[in-house]
Amino acid sequence: MSAAIETTEVHVASAMRTDAPPAIVLDKVNKWFGALHVLRDVDLQVATGERVVVCGPSGSGKSTMIRCINRLETHQEGKILVDGIELSDDVRALDAIRRDVGMVFQSFNLFPHLTILENCTLAPIWVRKMPKKQAEELAMEYLTRVRIPEQAKKYPGQLSGGQQQRVAIARALCMKPKIMLFDEPTSALDPEMIKEVLDTMVMLAAEGMTMICVTHEMGFARQVADRVVFMDRGEVVESGTPDAVFNDPKTERLKLFLSQILRGH
Amino acid sequence: MSDITANTPAMSSSEPRSAPLTAVGPIAWLRTNLFSGWLSTAVTLALGYLIVRAVIGFVDWAFINAIWSVPVSPTGVAQTQACRDLQGSGACWAVVTEKHRFMLFGTYPYEQHWRPAIVCLLFIGLYIVSSMRRFWNWTLIPIWIGTLTTIGILMWGGILGLPYVPQERWGGLPITLILATFGLALAFPLSILVALGRRSNLPAIKVLCVLYVELIRGVPLISLLFMASVMFPLFLPEGMNIDKLLRAQIAITLFAGAYLAEVVRGGLQALPKGQYEAAEAMGLSYWQKTGLIILPQALRLVIPPLVNTFIGFFKDTSLVLIIGIFDLLTAGKTAIVEPSWQGFGVEVYVFVGLIYLCFCFAMSKYSQGLEAELNRHRRR
Repeated sequence: MSAAIETTEVHVASAMRTDAPPAIVLDKVNKWFGALHVLRDVDLQVATGERVVVCGPSGSGKSTMIRCINRLETHQEGKILVDGIELSDDVRALDAIRRDVGMVFQSFNLFPHLTILENCTLAPIWVRKMPKKQAEELAMEYLTRVRIPEQAKKYPGQLSGGQQQRVAIARALCMKPKIMLFDEPTSALDPEMIKEVLDTMVMLAAEGMTMICVTHEMGFARQVADRVVFMDRGEVVESGTPDAVFNDPKTERLKLFLSQILRGH
Repeated sequence: MSDITANTPAMSSSEPRSAPLTAVGPIAWLRTNLFSGWLSTAVTLALGYLIVRAVIGFVDWAFINAIWSVPVSPTGVAQTQACRDLQGSGACWAVVTEKHRFMLFGTYPYEQHWRPAIVCLLFIGLYIVSSMRRFWNWTLIPIWIGTLTTIGILMWGGILGLPYVPQERWGGLPITLILATFGLALAFPLSILVALGRRSNLPAIKVLCVLYVELIRGVPLISLLFMASVMFPLFLPEGMNIDKLLRAQIAITLFAGAYLAEVVRGGLQALPKGQYEAAEAMGLSYWQKTGLIILPQALRLVIPPLVNTFIGFFKDTSLVLIIGIFDLLTAGKTAIVEPSWQGFGVEVYVFVGLIYLCFCFAMSKYSQGLEAELNRHRRR
């Protein structure tokens, strides 16, 4: 774990483009689970090519927020625009958004009844209508990029957690998404497997992918993030460069949070 | 980190040894499972004695003292006196020898019995083909349509030079197979739709599915069959009449559908939410998600209760006897109405029971194989 948190690693050059229209816009988004107000007036703009790391204590609404972006959760007030398309009940708009937004989950969520290769080719074949052979070539290319091409014929249950998460990343990449969402991708992993997944994500960041990543991996945040967003109790409390947020916290809540996770390491 | 590496050489340096002989092998098994103490030894001996006695008694009755055929008088009446003398100590399989064609095919015209016989073979062939994974694709649909059409032609006749046989004269095993095959083949897809509907976000569909399941499941199959045979015709307009077998078939299908729907729903609920979310996040449509991700996993999970319900309904088709349909069990019952054969129920029921057992055991065995095969991915 210690290697990942050190700040000596070179910051990955940003591919952020401020001239292009923003990839994601959240405008005064509110959400309730029953009576519980889980997102309060959340405003967030993510530029194309920008890498945003979202952190915060558990229950702060960070997972809910990124799950709203591809509508795994529905927000009740405010506007969310992805790639210029507004999220609404319009199924076609939603399908278009989901095609272009890849998601990686904390618990991998690979399909256990399909092989690794089938996991990766499923969406390209059925959603992008790609011929099977071409989809398989594409999948093998991405599996090679995440360094597990030799596992293609195995089932997810035969792989380690770190390998499964890398497959999940490859599976999302096979759809050639414009935006990638990571929902605590390393939280369910054994310590020795965290690095292999983070390395894959750093590689992705270096290629200029627009990313929103919910994580507590401070080293990763320092290495790749253009911006760190700190959330607490459903609100965006602070936001800024990794240096500004981690070294110069303005609010008590962030100071408390930082002291807690630093003690944890 | 370093403490882990320090331990590894110590573990690999000692060769794995085989378990001591007292812990493995048949003698060790006997000792631990049958003779582990004086009480266990006593129970083993007592039960062993009872089992041996029962087996000897059955072999005596069923084989050694059994009568396999009896002479038939010129008037066509069987001389069953020899059987009656032995009653209690030996089986009279002569009743089966003599009456098996009636039991298997009921009142179907005797000289046309080859037709229902072929129908039974066609059904069995259909089961075998359908059970092979090689045929699990679109070819199965024409195979089913072709086979069922042939079966219809054979049973009814009236074309291709086959004499017409009205449905009232059908009976025996073909009726049981028709009811079970159509019943389950139609109820299974119905149950999947109902199970999905019950979890739908659309309130109207959800309410409809809940009502269907709760109403049908809430009444006994017998009362449904009665309704189908007695009440249903009253609601139909004058002159319109739906075949009695078809009505029973619909009742059985609806009943099986409600039960199977709950089994399938159990499988749907057992799947982790993440599977649904991952499929949605990829942009799969509802039917793609359901067909490619959800159902393949959910149905695998519920193979044991599904087959349980299938077997249950295969046997429940025998309830149609109360509305006067001549299935295998009814035909068996009717075979011993004749005065000379009265009192030989045990032999007839053993014979009928064996036929049911063959089909149910085959289903059970097949499902075990299927489960092992389909859940391969769970093994490491």
